[in-house]
Amino acid sequence: MVEFTLPRNSQVVKGKEHLKPKDAKRTKTFKIYRWDPDKSGNPRLDTYHVDLDKCGPMVLDALQKIKGEQDSTLTYRRSCREGVCGSCAMNIDGRNTLACTKPIDEIKGDVKIYPLPHMPVVKDLVPDLNVPYAQYAMIEPWMKTESRMPERERRQSPDEREQLDGLWECILCFCCQTSCPSYWWNGDRYLGPAVLLQAYRWIADSRDEATGERLDALEDPFRLYRCHTIMSCTKTCPKGLNPAKAIAEIKKKMVERSV
Amino acid sequence: MTQAYTIIDHTFDVVVVGAGGSGLRATVACVESGLNTACISKVFPTRSHTVAAQGGIASSLGNMGPDDWRWHMYDTVKGSDWLGDQDAIEYMVREAVPSIIELEHYGVPFSRTEDGKIYQRPFGGMTTEFGQGPAAQRTCAAADSTGHAILHTLYQQSLKHHAQFFVEYFALDLIMDEEGACRGVIAWNLADGSIHRFRAQRVILATGGYGRAYFSCTAAHTCTGDGNAMALRAGLPTQDMEFVQFHPTGIYGAGVLITEGVRGEGGILRNNSGERFMERYAPTYKDLASRDEVSRSMTMEIREGRGVGERGDHIHLDLTHLDPNVINKRLPGIAKHAKVFAGVDVTKQPIPVIPTCHYNMGGVQTNFHGEVVTMQGDDPHAVVPGLMAVGEAACVSVHGANRLGSNSLLDLVVFGRAAGLRCGAELTPGATQAELPSTANDRALERLDRTRHAKGETAPSALREEMQRTMQECAAVFRTGDTLEEGVQRLTTMWDKKADIGLADRSLIWNSELMEALEFDNLSYQAVATMKAARNRTESRGAHSREDYNQRDDKDWMKHSLIWVNDEGKAKIDYRPVKLETMTKDVEVFPPQKRVY
Repeated sequence: MVEFTLPRNSQVVKGKEHLKPKDAKRTKTFKIYRWDPDKSGNPRLDTYHVDLDKCGPMVLDALQKIKGEQDSTLTYRRSCREGVCGSCAMNIDGRNTLACTKPIDEIKGDVKIYPLPHMPVVKDLVPDLNVPYAQYAMIEPWMKTESRMPERERRQSPDEREQLDGLWECILCFCCQTSCPSYWWNGDRYLGPAVLLQAYRWIADSRDEATGERLDALEDPFRLYRCHTIMSCTKTCPKGLNPAKAIAEIKKKMVERSV
Repeated sequence: MTQAYTIIDHTFDVVVVGAGGSGLRATVACVESGLNTACISKVFPTRSHTVAAQGGIASSLGNMGPDDWRWHMYDTVKGSDWLGDQDAIEYMVREAVPSIIELEHYGVPFSRTEDGKIYQRPFGGMTTEFGQGPAAQRTCAAADSTGHAILHTLYQQSLKHHAQFFVEYFALDLIMDEEGACRGVIAWNLADGSIHRFRAQRVILATGGYGRAYFSCTAAHTCTGDGNAMALRAGLPTQDMEFVQFHPTGIYGAGVLITEGVRGEGGILRNNSGERFMERYAPTYKDLASRDEVSRSMTMEIREGRGVGERGDHIHLDLTHLDPNVINKRLPGIAKHAKVFAGVDVTKQPIPVIPTCHYNMGGVQTNFHGEVVTMQGDDPHAVVPGLMAVGEAACVSVHGANRLGSNSLLDLVVFGRAAGLRCGAELTPGATQAELPSTANDRALERLDRTRHAKGETAPSALREEMQRTMQECAAVFRTGDTLEEGVQRLTTMWDKKADIGLADRSLIWNSELMEALEFDNLSYQAVATMKAARNRTESRGAHSREDYNQRDDKDWMKHSLIWVNDEGKAKIDYRPVKLETMTKDVEVFPPQKRVY
């Protein structure tokens, strides 16, 4: 049976409100999802107030400031702080994005922050990403060739190389993956936009010699065809990539080889 | 106390700690050799800091014009200000050619020339004809995200080889036995709070640098040099810790890196009158002089009142004269960085930049097989059984006193592979291993438990900032005996306050406060090592620039510093000679010369 309301133990309750910083002229309110695996309680929404005059411009700067100065128990992943490692993917202001490249001043009103949707939560803003990681491994994302390797680099023309642009830059943050309603519904069997974008990265590579095998592996009502062109993936990608187009290209290849 | 923690035992042939470029390359090489290999990492592999490397990887492929590994070797020796070990440098630059071809075969999406070869761009300090010819085009690039391209490809290769990963495991300490051999490593699984004891014939440290010891750095939050600190706590020295590279072009304020490749593609540094000031400091190679030279020149311009901005405290990097096609094709990432972090459209406005802490030349001393060496009696090259180190965590030393841009990605793949090959050659897969000493986990768990339950008054984040500001103010581009002495005093005060830290989160599951406290503790050892080694070295060489000793002193200081730091923050210093010998007879030693660009 499909459940249309959250199970009782997943309903988010009102949490703690932390004190406003003293002497602050320009504050912003952050409402942040919290869940503590060591306690049996429901998730809650804690409220923090950040002095924008003493904070960097990005949402991650605010999280760092809260963790450093107000509440050291707040938990989230972060690393590069420049949008290249994909650690700090979360749902900010209703949209999946990277906290480190999301400017606070783009958000009207209070800043609401949740973990990436529809993933099991490990703690606070840390989701369990093991399923998408396993799905990534499943598409065998490595170069497959049968011809003998030349002694030097294989030649690839600039035009052939250009086919990879918009594909190889994916940082596996899974913002797109977890924004896709079809993936929410069928995440166990549908590979999802991030993984399909990567599948297409190898199909599109002029050096790879396993296109047929790769398409065979995707020829399945769930793995590929649960994409219903909803386009949330493309809309949300913090790197400006277009997974929906990559999926369409795979579908086109499927048609081409069957006619 | 041990009973309070769930301990899970593992036995592997090799355990690699860290899953950046060097860790993954070592893992692949070990698995290919048939060794049962575990790779443990505190972040998912593609989130390691290698991902942020932009400009490229050096190799004398000669795709853009004549090149020779000997020229690359000369440039690297000169770049190191003659502190690099020339046998290791020869190994690295010769292996650069097959290593990059191998990466291409693995599938790295390198940018291409018109005839389909790997595209190569100019980079600082890379020249032809032993510094007599024009700038070399030696740096192989995948647009301006070469590190991303290489790291993802290496992760893909490790998937292909079914390497075993332990992801989001935080390494706590090495397991050393009474004979001084490394027998394994203890790690904490963040997901469920369990403690894992890995027994192995070899442990390979691939834990990266410690950029976060400084307040403003290009390094990720996770760059805390955990391996260096584990080595120090195991009673081993670290080498050349005084040499910290400041990258000329971090974005002013944000600290985010803008690749040297921008200058390789024609970008120019300008002062407040729009002057291309590098012409005065480095008449031949100008904006493409080595990083230490450019960072010093920028600092001089700012000091002499020619900086830009309201406070005159930074410099402009100008790309406005470049063809927008070059920017779109070759530098799309930095155009975005400049937009996001400086609000600048690089086709119309210059980027505000400032020298920013970027790379640690120092680390755990190794030979060019990746084996950790230490001082034993009079022997400065004694191998520590069971322990290896690669990448930024290691000090081979190929970078000496100053690393050349695009030699670090090279260092990762060449020495990652070398360490794996060495394991393959020396170890028997599945060989029986002796029992671990009964005290194996005492030290690591005592430290974990003490930190986790710390009830003092000082927030670790506040103490961390105190350390970072001290490093920034006292051990930056220019140093003097006075600032370094002050730095040592301030770090001593900081060290004493470590006894008074207090944590709020006592959990073992994803307790990032505890992890950050342990990372800060790791950083503190390295901060002390850096400051004290810098105070001790009374000369100027490469990135270590002393205003009170402004000349290089080959007579007294052409030697590596070894520094031990104990748990009280006390240091001991010794020395190892620089290897003025080559690996083969195919090239002669480059004797010390005056260094001018």
